[in-house]
Amino acid sequence: MSFDLSLFRTYGPQLIHGLELTVVIWILGSALGILLGFVLGLALSAGRRALTIPIRCYIEFFRGTPLLVQLFIAYYGGPAVGIALNAFTVGVLGLALYGAAYFAEIFRAGFSSIPPGQIDAARSFGIRRWARVRHILLPQILVLAVPPITNMLIILLKDTAILSIVTVPELTFEVTGMTIETFSFVEPFFILALVYWGLTEFTSYCGRMAELRLGSYLAH
Amino acid sequence: MSPGFLNSPIIEGVTILLLGAGTTVILSCFVIVLGIIVAIPLCLMRLSKRRWLRSSAGAYVSFFRGVPLLVQLLVIYYFLPVLGLDLPPFVAAVIGLGLCTGAYQAENLRGGFLIIPLGQEEAGRAFGYTGAQIHRYILIPQALRAAFPALMNEAILILKASSLVSVVGVADLTRASQNIVARDLHPLGWYAAAALIYLVINLGLAMFGRAAERRLGAGFATVSP
Repeated sequence: MSFDLSLFRTYGPQLIHGLELTVVIWILGSALGILLGFVLGLALSAGRRALTIPIRCYIEFFRGTPLLVQLFIAYYGGPAVGIALNAFTVGVLGLALYGAAYFAEIFRAGFSSIPPGQIDAARSFGIRRWARVRHILLPQILVLAVPPITNMLIILLKDTAILSIVTVPELTFEVTGMTIETFSFVEPFFILALVYWGLTEFTSYCGRMAELRLGSYLAH
Repeated sequence: MSPGFLNSPIIEGVTILLLGAGTTVILSCFVIVLGIIVAIPLCLMRLSKRRWLRSSAGAYVSFFRGVPLLVQLLVIYYFLPVLGLDLPPFVAAVIGLGLCTGAYQAENLRGGFLIIPLGQEEAGRAFGYTGAQIHRYILIPQALRAAFPALMNEAILILKASSLVSVVGVADLTRASQNIVARDLHPLGWYAAAALIYLVINLGLAMFGRAAERRLGAGFATVSP
């Protein structure tokens, strides 16, 4: 075993850049995924067949196939149909489209948990559609949806490591590059694991805090 | 059939793809079994009265659920030789995926244990069962049955996650599609074909899960929610 901490001094800037990219892709991908998932979930809960059938197919495809294969299709197969995206874009969009399939289910479950009587009541009060979503549905749904959303954010954070396989220069990619150049494998990967562990634990802590805050109106 | 037909790159590619799919399925089966073997003691430790057992199992679960599977596979792939174990990639991949899914299955199983009324354990003790017998004959069978839907869900996740073993050199479905693409340069078609095979297997698993759940539930008086 040849390993010393001076490696991290040499490779430090590269690794920090990788970590930054991991976080940026994670946040962008999750934000886009939540937005798209929200729209899809809302459309699903509306229950029109013309909408639900294509959305169901979308969800089945993205939940039924590995993210890695989806990324291969987009990154290596895209140019064949004239969609040549760089690795970063494929990473963000791949994560977003993959996450949206799961977020859609989370939001659909949230919307379906609201008693229809509330919507009828709001309508009879003359509250407009968007105001109904914003002031009546969302506050209730968020309380229910925060734990599964946190869960999904953690899954997406971990899945950013998969992007290294399609050459996105994020943290795992940089560490892999370092191990190949230095022939030191076990320790760098182990430390990498600890970094991800820290990030996921921090995320789940934030999720618990958000749960407490959003649910505070429920406390008696 | 003419030899020319058999030599056609499409037939050959599909054959390679299906062989890869076979490897993926066999690997996933081994992983699920190893996961259950890991999960049962892990779950019992999580529910133990001894604090150090609880916290060490908790740390295991938190680590394996908090670290990307790809990174776990890389650690295990390079760590096993350090221990002097020179295992083939397939075995290393089964161990890596199995240790990871064990953490998830332990949590599912814990949910299964928690729904068993405490009175059953007390009744078992009143009948003179030993602790091991109570677990073997009363608690574990019920917990496994209660955790079955979650286990089927986990099986689908494992099948998808197994695509990552292509990175550590196992010729699974994903690796097979990469190999074909490297030769005949039609990435879109072959990767889409691989995705389709994953999708079909997963839809089949989901259908099997629902059917099995109905059968397992047959002897159970259930309260509809």
